[in-house]
Amino acid sequence: MSGLFRVCVGAAAGLGATAALAAYGWQFPTPVTPIAHETLHVHNLFIVIALTLFFTVLGIMLYSFWAHRKSRGHQAADFVAPKSRKQWFWVLLPFAGLLILDYGVFGIPAYHAVLMYEDSKTNADLVVKVTASQWLWQYEFPAEGVKFTSRLATPREQIDNEQPKGENYLLEVDNPLVLPVGKKIRFITTSNDVIHSWWVPAFGVKRDAVPGFLREFWATVDKTGTYRGQCSELCGKEHAYMPIVVNVVSQEEFKTWLAGKKAPAAVLSSANQVTGVANGK
Amino acid sequence: MSEVENSSSGRPAANRRLAFRLALVSLFFTGFGFAMVPLYDVICRMTGLNGRTNAVAMPANKNTQVDTSRWVTVEFLSHSMPGVGLVLRPEQFSMRVHPGAIVHTNYVVKNESGEVFVGQAIPSVTPATAAQHFQKIECFCFSQQTFAKDEVRTMPVVFVVNPELGSDLGTITLSYTFFEAVKARV
Amino acid sequence: MANEMADDASHGAAHYQGGMLRWIQTTNHKDIGLMYLIFAITMLMIGGAMILVVRLELFQPGLQFVQPELFNQLITLHGLIMVFGFAMPAATGLGNYMLPMILGAPDMALPRLNNWGFWILPPAALMLVLPFFLGLMGIGPGAVDTGWTMYAPLSVQSGWGMDFAIFAVHMLGVSSILGSINVIVTILNMRAPGMTLMKMPLFAHGFLMTAILLITIMPVLAGGVTMVLLDRHFGTHFFNAAGGGDPVLWQHIFWFMGHPEVYVLLLPITGAVPHVLSAFSRKPTYGYRAQVYGMWGIAILSVVVWAHHMFTSGMSTGSQLYFMYSTMLISLPLAVLFFCWIATLWRGSLTFETPMLFAIGFIVLFGWGGLTGLVLADAAADPQYHNAYFLVAHFHYALYPTTVMGAMAAIYYWLPKWTGHMIDERLGKLHFWIVIIGFNLTFIPQFLVGLAGMPRRIPDYPLMFTEWNQLSTIGAFILGLSHLIFIYNLVMCFRGGKKAEAKAWEGAEGLEWTLPSPAPYHSFETQPIIK
Repeated sequence: MSGLFRVCVGAAAGLGATAALAAYGWQFPTPVTPIAHETLHVHNLFIVIALTLFFTVLGIMLYSFWAHRKSRGHQAADFVAPKSRKQWFWVLLPFAGLLILDYGVFGIPAYHAVLMYEDSKTNADLVVKVTASQWLWQYEFPAEGVKFTSRLATPREQIDNEQPKGENYLLEVDNPLVLPVGKKIRFITTSNDVIHSWWVPAFGVKRDAVPGFLREFWATVDKTGTYRGQCSELCGKEHAYMPIVVNVVSQEEFKTWLAGKKAPAAVLSSANQVTGVANGK
Repeated sequence: MSEVENSSSGRPAANRRLAFRLALVSLFFTGFGFAMVPLYDVICRMTGLNGRTNAVAMPANKNTQVDTSRWVTVEFLSHSMPGVGLVLRPEQFSMRVHPGAIVHTNYVVKNESGEVFVGQAIPSVTPATAAQHFQKIECFCFSQQTFAKDEVRTMPVVFVVNPELGSDLGTITLSYTFFEAVKARV
Repeated sequence: MANEMADDASHGAAHYQGGMLRWIQTTNHKDIGLMYLIFAITMLMIGGAMILVVRLELFQPGLQFVQPELFNQLITLHGLIMVFGFAMPAATGLGNYMLPMILGAPDMALPRLNNWGFWILPPAALMLVLPFFLGLMGIGPGAVDTGWTMYAPLSVQSGWGMDFAIFAVHMLGVSSILGSINVIVTILNMRAPGMTLMKMPLFAHGFLMTAILLITIMPVLAGGVTMVLLDRHFGTHFFNAAGGGDPVLWQHIFWFMGHPEVYVLLLPITGAVPHVLSAFSRKPTYGYRAQVYGMWGIAILSVVVWAHHMFTSGMSTGSQLYFMYSTMLISLPLAVLFFCWIATLWRGSLTFETPMLFAIGFIVLFGWGGLTGLVLADAAADPQYHNAYFLVAHFHYALYPTTVMGAMAAIYYWLPKWTGHMIDERLGKLHFWIVIIGFNLTFIPQFLVGLAGMPRRIPDYPLMFTEWNQLSTIGAFILGLSHLIFIYNLVMCFRGGKKAEAKAWEGAEGLEWTLPSPAPYHSFETQPIIK
């Protein structure tokens, strides 16, 4: 069994080395909304518990492979069930632990998190309507009468490997969504054709956009910055090419930007056809 | 051991009988799959899940108490699917109402398709839990609407927010999406 | 006895004309089991080749080898082929081959139905992939390209590859239902006298529950894809808001089938693996009753948790809470099974031949799949994982160790009974270790890249996901290579090798091990009496 051990250790070391070398993303991005903070916390807790459980049980199994192997001369026992009270206790203990883990350690924070995620109690400061289509996003501030489309800005030449790829390859748009920091924003999603899904990992929210129906979610972003995400429901051939870019700015900058969007006749007739972006071959 | 064919006299018949019954079970579940369609409709209407509101007019109940202790914000959105030549706009984006009070508002529709257009407005309410408490007394969504070329029409919506609306709901959004009317409603 | 054996051998030969016709007409469960397995392994290679093209494209950002339209067909066919073309037929093949011998029965209850159930499969597979090959040649829009989940309205919008897929799904469903009816009747009616339900081996329990689930869920899928067909061509509006319908209805119908489906893929393996563990621990199965009740608990719960696949579709708070808590509940009967498997090993007299290695690999890797399922069950956290690569890695840790490694454990275990030969153990172990390396190298990076924010079902991705994708692609090719070793091992074992005893493994128990190796063409014509 030393061969088995050697391979396991080697693999773990290899992966660990890779992970260490990686300045590459391997974890949720820095959370900037209440729900994203909560989710990161739950995730980290879970990972620690799951890895502990996994390696503990694996350790028990590996011990058994070594101690109970026939080549070492171990004779097989013949028990098939717990016999004494003490044995029943040790058998039932892990299940009690699992129940507490599921419904206590995970279940209670999860309950509060779901309620927070679906909170419609406190009124929002701002409403944004998000309309998905094949293959771009359309944002609208209905109270202010502002409406614009947001399309992938990465040139086709980069996709076809004719030009070197920019830093924000596939995560850049012509008209980002701009939002004020620190305000509760209510997002209402719908779609013009098939189901798409709006996701910004740093916000910790993802919601489907369903044609003919409204869906809603909220976010209060606690830090200014540029946040990027991608469509998260297969929606046809350019599903990979309809990113989301949100610039979160101060309240004053937001007011200025919004006024700027209102001034030129930025309101599109909703009878416009929205067409696909990159020229597929 | 002798090479006797082991089929006790009743066995093949018993097998066929059980197989037939199991096939009936499969048939039942095929029916169940199709029954999920009206079941889904019924559950959505009863619970308001999925933002479904009443599809036929609710009579105005003059005896409903107006709850003046509470304001609910109602927002109005509009949407036209691509290719639908109608421009739909609510007259006001939002208003504050008391639950129980009968409220009037309007949507304005302009036919920019260049010809006669028959449309069907599909309403949707969010949050979904508010939908069953959002009762429409008069609505242009109850039936298909025919618009003459270049017609501009003001279309009223009369509704009441049921006082049983959960106290944790502060804002309701109503949206209409105009589709081209389908030939037959399923 | 020797005369009888000769009779059986000649009996097989005398009945049938020659090569092809025998296989088309056979009603013998061993023949049919073998055909299912050969079909399944063929589909495994096809589905695997398709995903290797996908992984090749994902080696780097940018489009190098395939355009998105073809990419979407490849990922869709990969899913449909692996679930309906490989995993289910492999389980059916295993069940057909082994159930009669394990139960001490002469054959399956409905042998001709058995034949029909199999022969529906090759045309169904052809229907599914034909549009793909036609598309490659420039004829038509290509195969179904909506993901195996076929969400509406995308499925209503798709080209006629979708129609072919709908018919294929119907045929695959009918085959599955026929096979399941056969399994249920065999288990309920054909057990050797004295073998009560609570005395029959766990293998049979696993298949019984699987078959019962299948006859209830496959018809619902058939109804659903029929609705898609009607929406596509007959002016109905099941999934179109314009006519009063709802795209989300499709999701409910699909997942009502789709979730129990993954337990359909699991339960035959939870039935087979205890046999392997017990044999190589030289110890009786621990907690027989607990495992039976645990498997039933999983089967029943599986039917009421489907909407945990839909947390981002906009469900009410109450629904989210219900589906979250009910999903978490499944971890309990699953934990019972894990406990019993490990307790079977504990203090046994262990040896590590190839079947045992694969069974242990299943326990360890499926365990990780199950653990990652817990955090996905959290309805508020799920949006961060859903439809990103974390989800892809989770379900591959749940499915591959089960449907592939678990099936390999069973196949390697019973191969001596089928062929009369033992495999080359060195090659078996080589196969196992390459699987372990390849599989983990493929999917651990996918957990990481999913957490970093990479969505699934995309042929091209932002730069920061590159390195993990490269590792994953390398792992995928190593994993693909391992399947070639598997096929080589199978072929060599059929052709020759060390002669296998009736009881080919020292610790093996069960009626099938009382038969000679290879088992005669007809076995248990007279059923043994069980005390």
